[in-house]
Amino acid sequence: MDKLSVLQREGLRDDLPDFLPGDTLRVQVRVREGDKERLQAFEGVCIGRRGGGISETFTVRKVSAGVGVERIFPLHSPSIATIELVRRGKVRRAKLYYLRALSGKAARIREKRES
Amino acid sequence: MDGIIGRKLGMTRVYREDGEVVPVTVIEAGPCPVVRVRETSGMTQVQLAFGAQKATRATRPELGHAKTAGLDLAPAVLREFPVPGGAPAAGETVTVGIFAPGERVKVTGTTKGRGFQGVVKRHGFSGGPASHGNTRHRKPGSIGPGTDPSRVLKGKRLPGHHGAARHTEIGLQVVKVDADRNLLFVRGAVPGPMRGIVLVRKQGRRSRYA
Repeated sequence: MDKLSVLQREGLRDDLPDFLPGDTLRVQVRVREGDKERLQAFEGVCIGRRGGGISETFTVRKVSAGVGVERIFPLHSPSIATIELVRRGKVRRAKLYYLRALSGKAARIREKRES
Repeated sequence: MDGIIGRKLGMTRVYREDGEVVPVTVIEAGPCPVVRVRETSGMTQVQLAFGAQKATRATRPELGHAKTAGLDLAPAVLREFPVPGGAPAAGETVTVGIFAPGERVKVTGTTKGRGFQGVVKRHGFSGGPASHGNTRHRKPGSIGPGTDPSRVLKGKRLPGHHGAARHTEIGLQVVKVDADRNLLFVRGAVPGPMRGIVLVRKQGRRSRYA
């Protein structure tokens, strides 16, 4: 393996759960206010993961007060304190961008049952 | 000493503690043995060596030069750096330790060759509209007046060979120095392909009058 891939492997976090698009996540984000640090939760459906290695990011979508909000997080960023897997979803696509056009009941995702 | 020879390993990203993403180029720089030090009109020229090549590939002058400097193998690259003062002596080694995080550096390399390119890529011309009956899509258009002067002015920017030229990128910030593995993390892009040879020098022109 070349020297660059070795380097890129070093910054990877291994304390995060395995999650897939369709899963509902609660991401605890470190927020700095002045010199105080606190955690802010962002809960929603993961609608996609992109990139690989240290550059991997994932998108979380939630509907807040009737407005759709999406946040893109770098997966290996130190600003993510924890990722909590709330619910596994059953989906047939890697990118759930179709959810943006749906609302209410239609935007639900069936829960995946472990067999 | 304010310069070193290195090899560009490629680009990646580094996270700062607050989560900020910094795009970096990783350069494997040094250790560079000082091969020769000589004086030229007020400047000290320090010749550094980097890497190694097989004895069968090196030329005989290279082998002899390496032997005089006390190296086992002929170096892959030899470059001379002007140093205003505090030059190292022959036999010493220059490492990435000469750089500190936060410092500004300039990186010189040979840009990727792009072959014969038109004026849009080569000189940044705007090109024409794509549609509405237009046919001057990526053409240069007129290249000058007609009968008078009956020639194209010198220096007219035209299509031709692009890239594969020496380029110095200035004002790059050192993000991290890994002395154990001889690695230099520089913010932003540097010229050349992966595994290309680059020269890293400290930023800031030395005074001509000092």
